[in-house]
Amino acid sequence: MRKIRIGSGAGYSGDRIEPAVELAEKGDIQYLVFECLGERTVALAQQARMKNPDSGFDPLLEERMRAVLPICASKGIKIVTNMGAANPEAAARKTAEIAKAMGLPKLKIAAIVGDDVLDACKGSDLPVLEFDSTMRGLGNKVLSANAYLGAEPMAAALRDGADVVITGRASDPALFLAPMIHAFGWSMSDWNLLGQGIVVGHLLECAGQITGGYFADPGFKDVEGLARLGFPIGEVSEDGTLVVTKVDGSGGEVSARTCKEQLLYEVHDPKRYLQPDVVADFSQVTIEEIGRDRVRVTGGQGTPRPDTLKVSVGYVDSYIGEGQMSYAGSNAVARGRLALDIVRERLKLTGVVTSETRFDLIGVDSLHGETLGARSEPYEVRVRVTGRTDSLREAVRIGNEVETLYTNGPAGGGGATKSARDVVAVASVLLPREQATPSVRFVEA
Amino acid sequence: MKLRDIAHSRTGDKGNISNISVIAFDAKLYPLLVSQVTAARVKDMFKDIVQGEVVRYELPNISALNFVMDQALGGGVTRSLALDAHGKSLSSALLDLEIEGGIGDTDEAP
Repeated sequence: MRKIRIGSGAGYSGDRIEPAVELAEKGDIQYLVFECLGERTVALAQQARMKNPDSGFDPLLEERMRAVLPICASKGIKIVTNMGAANPEAAARKTAEIAKAMGLPKLKIAAIVGDDVLDACKGSDLPVLEFDSTMRGLGNKVLSANAYLGAEPMAAALRDGADVVITGRASDPALFLAPMIHAFGWSMSDWNLLGQGIVVGHLLECAGQITGGYFADPGFKDVEGLARLGFPIGEVSEDGTLVVTKVDGSGGEVSARTCKEQLLYEVHDPKRYLQPDVVADFSQVTIEEIGRDRVRVTGGQGTPRPDTLKVSVGYVDSYIGEGQMSYAGSNAVARGRLALDIVRERLKLTGVVTSETRFDLIGVDSLHGETLGARSEPYEVRVRVTGRTDSLREAVRIGNEVETLYTNGPAGGGGATKSARDVVAVASVLLPREQATPSVRFVEA
Repeated sequence: MKLRDIAHSRTGDKGNISNISVIAFDAKLYPLLVSQVTAARVKDMFKDIVQGEVVRYELPNISALNFVMDQALGGGVTRSLALDAHGKSLSSALLDLEIEGGIGDTDEAP
């Protein structure tokens, strides 16, 4: 049976680069996938693009491409990535420029465009899924609208000979599904195969999270070599069977337990994992260890793809102001609580208008609130006050009220910091899939 | 004993929804998870944090439960005021849940 080996070279934009180089050099892979696009990243990238039309792609694209392009070019490894963010064409041009400057043989670099559906969405009656509003209701606050594209345009680019495929917003597992569709000629209506392909993509998309990253818990789940964690390789057979493994000698572990955690990561109903290409069903998946750092995964299924595409809408939501201050030594928690009470009263006295506030003692109850946090008395605490406002001016006042604790608050407060920023948030709408028309544009290096 | 003695866990986030997996270290312990780690107990543990309902999905094939908690992330990672805006630390908190009986019944140290 035919097999391909796909390496996962990044689990998020800022991820380590040398494990991807290790995969390219020693992983015996045919495809190297970089998943680098978070929920709100496209909106921020759109803002950057508005200021400079040649920007708006992943900030680490250049460094990543410089590190892996020469190895991939010499070994014929195809690269698939969503580092295009808000500007896949500029990302493709930049990649071509890098290839040329490094003296690499002619590479075909494909940009997938068409995920930008701002025109179709802005001012429409499409309802927002997360809260009671429509696109029209969000009005001029809307910065961007990008549809999650499926695997088809990426598979088409590979079919037409692309060495590097750069997309913007696409479903993360689709980055991995595309090479499978291309290599095995899977039908776009074989729902069970596509469902298993999504299992493969979903397991690999967060890179180190399936090889022991985000997993270690000393004494309960010990993992060796986290400082040189190896990224995963998916050995995929034509029938969709996956063996997850990693480069011999790299750190971390691939085991049934790392795979189980990753299978459910960011999943809601396991029977209905909605994707642009298929509704995947994870409920019958089986996971078995077949050797050291080798885990076999089968049993993914699927039902027909949805008629709509999920669209991430970036919009200016509000402003957040924050201030922090530390207290240490004897009675630190009590002085921290007093500081919080003072700021609470000051915000009222001076009429700071907030729609939401939060008063934390870091080191005591900042993560899960007072009930779960009321267990111990630490040596030091850090006061944190944060609030949501309708203007930057108002947000600034929150940090100021924390800072003035220096000379007006409890004894021994130090290390104040303050900040105020605008919040670019993300909401979702569902767009009829006919209204997004992806296409492939080639750039030759 | 604590849940952490018999299971491991990972949190994921999507918008304002947090999901926490709870996975038995040993398949034999899965029925214990099903009977004791209920949606109601999870909702009770996170009552200060989770504003919406908690739904439990069962995955006997991999001895796992998946808890989906609505309105759990202060509006979602992009607008949350929380220090851990993703809610990634919630799984470790859940592992503190008290579990009664089970493996200890027959092979407890003297």
